[in-house]
Amino acid sequence: MRTSPPPPLGRVVVVGAGMVAHRLVAGLIERAPADGWSVTVLGDEPWVPYDRVHLSELLTAGRDACDLALDPAVWDDPRATVRTADPVDHLDREAQTVTTRSGAVVPYDHLVLATGSWAWTPRTAGTDLPGVFRYRTLADLEDLRTWVSSRSTALGRPLRGAVVGGGVLGLEAAAALQALGTSATVVEFADHLMSVQLDEAGGEALRVLVADLGIEVRTTTGCTGLAAAGDGAVARMALSGGDEIDADVVVFSTGIRPRDRLARESGLAIGERGGVVVGATCRTSDPAVWAVGECASYEGECVGLVAPGNAMADVVVDRLLGGPRLYVPAPEGTKLKGVGIEAAAFGDVLALTPGALEVTFSDPVARTYRKLVVSDDARTLLGGVFVGDASLYSQLRPMLGRPLGADPSAFLASEGAAPGVDLPDDVVVCSCTNVTAGSVREAVTEHGCTTVGAVKACTKAGTVCGSCVPVLTKLVNAQLEASGIEVSRAMCEHFAMPRAELYALVREGELRTFSAIVAAHGTGRGCAICKPVVASILSSLHAGHVLSRDHAGLQDTNDHVMANLQKDGTYSVIPRVPGGEITPERLVVLGQVAADFGLYTRITGAQRIGMFGARIDQLPAIWQRLIDAGFESGQAYGKSLRAVKSCVGSAWCRFGVRDSVGMGITLENRYRGLRTPHKFKVGVSGCARECAEARGKDVGVIATAGGWNVYVGGNGGANPRHADLLAEDLSDDELVAVTDRFLAYYVRHGDRLQRTAPFVADHPGGIEELHAILVDDSRGIAAELEAEIAAHVAGYRDEWADALDDPDKLTRFAAYVNAPTTADPDLAYTPQRGQVRPALPGEVSHPDPRIARTLEVTP
Amino acid sequence: MTVPCSTDVCALGALVPERGAAALVDGAQVALFRLADDTVLAVQNKDPFSGANVLSRGIVGSAGDAPTLTSPMHKQVWDLRTGSCLDDAGKAPHADGPDLRTWRVTVAGSRVLVASR
Ligand code: SRM
Ligand SMILES: Cc1cc2nc3c(=O)[nH]c(=O)nc-3n(C[C@H](O)[C@H](O)[C@H](O)COP(=O)(O)OP(=O)(O)OC[C@H]3O[C@@H](n4cnc5c(N)ncnc54)[C@H](O)[C@@H]3O)c2cc1C
Ligand code: SF4
Ligand code: FES
Repeated sequence: MRTSPPPPLGRVVVVGAGMVAHRLVAGLIERAPADGWSVTVLGDEPWVPYDRVHLSELLTAGRDACDLALDPAVWDDPRATVRTADPVDHLDREAQTVTTRSGAVVPYDHLVLATGSWAWTPRTAGTDLPGVFRYRTLADLEDLRTWVSSRSTALGRPLRGAVVGGGVLGLEAAAALQALGTSATVVEFADHLMSVQLDEAGGEALRVLVADLGIEVRTTTGCTGLAAAGDGAVARMALSGGDEIDADVVVFSTGIRPRDRLARESGLAIGERGGVVVGATCRTSDPAVWAVGECASYEGECVGLVAPGNAMADVVVDRLLGGPRLYVPAPEGTKLKGVGIEAAAFGDVLALTPGALEVTFSDPVARTYRKLVVSDDARTLLGGVFVGDASLYSQLRPMLGRPLGADPSAFLASEGAAPGVDLPDDVVVCSCTNVTAGSVREAVTEHGCTTVGAVKACTKAGTVCGSCVPVLTKLVNAQLEASGIEVSRAMCEHFAMPRAELYALVREGELRTFSAIVAAHGTGRGCAICKPVVASILSSLHAGHVLSRDHAGLQDTNDHVMANLQKDGTYSVIPRVPGGEITPERLVVLGQVAADFGLYTRITGAQRIGMFGARIDQLPAIWQRLIDAGFESGQAYGKSLRAVKSCVGSAWCRFGVRDSVGMGITLENRYRGLRTPHKFKVGVSGCARECAEARGKDVGVIATAGGWNVYVGGNGGANPRHADLLAEDLSDDELVAVTDRFLAYYVRHGDRLQRTAPFVADHPGGIEELHAILVDDSRGIAAELEAEIAAHVAGYRDEWADALDDPDKLTRFAAYVNAPTTADPDLAYTPQRGQVRPALPGEVSHPDPRIARTLEVTP
Repeated sequence: MTVPCSTDVCALGALVPERGAAALVDGAQVALFRLADDTVLAVQNKDPFSGANVLSRGIVGSAGDAPTLTSPMHKQVWDLRTGSCLDDAGKAPHADGPDLRTWRVTVAGSRVLVASR
């Protein structure tokens, strides 16, 4: 509570136009009174503050300085000014002014130092040669990119790159070099990678994964000097062991130091290890001067991460406005990013706490290493290391210093199936709605909820993005059990068993209609949960077309009209583009159809083309034209194969070892239309660089010199998971056989709406057991499984072609049963970026999207 | 055959059992559902939660004795006889709701007649 009116704000001057400075300005604009103050930010870089954290995307994702700029709208505010490309030269604390190199003198009432850090490089011979870079600023990376392109043109070959420093940033830089087409060797002085964050075993596990990407790693090795080629540019690097390596481009990533010169020279207190000393209020030894971000030293430490800096900025804003906020360091962890490998750690990684115990789980097949550090009584979580699979990191990091609630090994033993049920009451389980574990438990104990659905309705948890539902379910079931209430395995009120059991019953009983199934095994007339499940089971068992009249009532609207429902009641059309390969002629057809019907078009996230906004009554006409051009349904609506994503592979790529597009098309044509417990996706990469992101798919295929490696159980989406290696070095035929078996097995045993990721993670015996069943055929069912897929392949017919041939099926596309071609009068569109989207109330709009596209909108 | 204040919408055979169809009745959008016993029920086609005219495309089922409809958009559930909302899926309705307006339906011979008021 505020007791006295806030002091007048006056002129706030910030030195350094970095990430934390931006946060501070945004905070002032949001919270400070309308007038009586100004904020001036003085920066030495030529840019307004940009997102340094995602700097590598400049090289890896083709982003530019404008893409990286942090919300530039703050500079439109008349009270905020930013001056760039003019470093502050000195402070005069007496006169309360700062002077820039160009000679400008800026008076302040409050001064905030936000100068960040500089990238330190060792004093080694040759660090000033052309071709040697640091990795800190936009200019550093632009120079690096320019160098790589001009130097490789000059040399007429791809460059050989070297990175000095094997920490998170060094690895990120090495991956970026690769993205620029340069090879990369990482030289690390310590005996393992990420030596500050990981233990030795974790570092070793990481080395294996990094080496797999084609990055050479040399640990326990220092760079002792750089030598130039005849033209003066860097060419060789001498190493501490006496070796020398080629290096046409060198990046130093050897640590950062706080930029505290201004503070030092003006006599402010400086920490022992550098940095401007601040207390919990973020004030320096001069009450008119504050310091935030990487340049501030709190309790003797400067932190090289953005989150603590932002927290400090928030403190200063609050304090300037007379508030009481204090800076409280949160336990930070580190997660590797930008490399395509999961590695993360937090807390007491080396188990230095007296009596600390380490529980380690290392899986050489899945290439994961995970370790938890716990107190001597194995109860309190002290730290964790995760390499290869960091899915536990976000779940466990908030639990640092708290009781784990379960045997530590239970968390590590099986992937994805972590207990997670003994979350402390105050831990937030649903971040969308900010509901804690305690509120979820209370819903069961106090409010009498007995199902996950009831808890969702009661607490609102899990009702926004849904990504917390798995954790929520575990929590609710555990609480029900603890309260002595039997946990129902029922699918819904109509069927008392889970999907896999119903599948077996239907299969054995040879039941063929919903009515027969519900009469034999259920009650009532079904619902939106069990009906689509029954439809999927019947379809997997080849009991008739998904669209046959018998099954029509079972389908969600998406399956019913073979298109995906959009927010305004129209549908999207996504034809199959096997393997992502498409002829120019077919592209023209898609463009023409979209233009004729006024559909919004985009490239989807799965390498195909989506056309949005088709009315239900337009779908048959649209599909007729697509089918005439040789397209078929992409099943973007079904719980079935979506796309097989592939990379260009050996046909064009200089690294490709096999024809990934060809294999992608084979697999897509084989499994198209197959109905599964949830949708499934496949990826095929032509080499270990993995441009198709196959390991993020349900089935991932990666070409190697010896054949195809197949991985299963990958997932993107809300809970990403890398697929596990199921079999290696397969021939084309073997690959198809193993994939057949896996998919048929999943159809039999998967739960309702269970993707393969949790299916594989929770499979008893894990991937080893799956390998035994599917590759070694330990249960003697391989032939049966293959036969099920063969029957599917033989019976496949394009659903859309089928529907267009059948007048009875076409009746379902009537807009109104008494006015089949009347457009829904409530549909209206507004222009956006040259196309249309559904109009919001009050917006300029037109019912015909072709006209809406051309409307003028005055901003 | 005519019934006062009713609109003859379609033949019973045009409705698929346990599946909906939309109809225009005096300018209003109505969603018709033919149950397994050939009763026909009618509720508004506009989903009060999303504002889209899509309820005719939802799944028909049961909850206890009540015949139910589930929205194809965000899975709210209603009692088809009364239009009352049985499960709001944790959401607040946008348009007036959450309950649905209903229409009286008569099946006269092979024709489906919807009361205009
Ligand atoms: C259209 C598309 C977005 C786009 O414009 O790019 C899309 C659109 C939808 N996605 Fe997706 N997803 C699309 C690619 C993806 C991808 C990327 C990919 O396939 O490589 C992913 C992550 C990969 C993965 O699945 O592992 C993805 C993960 C999801 C998920 C999360 C699944 C999970 O296991 O966590 C959902 C939710 C679900 O299925 O329960 C979802 C659901 C949806 C739904 C069905 C949401 C809904 O109920 O309306 C959207 C359908 C709208 C429509 O009209 O098609 N979508 N979605 C993409 C269609 C690709 C295609 O050509 O078929
Ligand atoms: C490649 C890369 C990846 C990163 N990834 C992550 C990550 O994943 N997670 C994470 O938390 N952090 C990450 N970081 C660190 C993160 O970017 C920093 O913690 C954050 O930018 C610190 O903000 P700051 O405002 O304190 O310093 P900065 O953003 O560095 O801003 C300080 C600014 O002050 C300027 N300046 C210095 N002296 C003067 C002067 N005398 N006059 C005028 N201007 C001056 C500097 O030039 C600079 O522009 C990454 C950094 C890099 C380089
Ligand atoms: S396309 Fe996918 S990620 Fe995008 S809004 Fe829809 S469901 Fe969400
Ligand atoms: S995290 Fe719970 S709904 Fe998004």
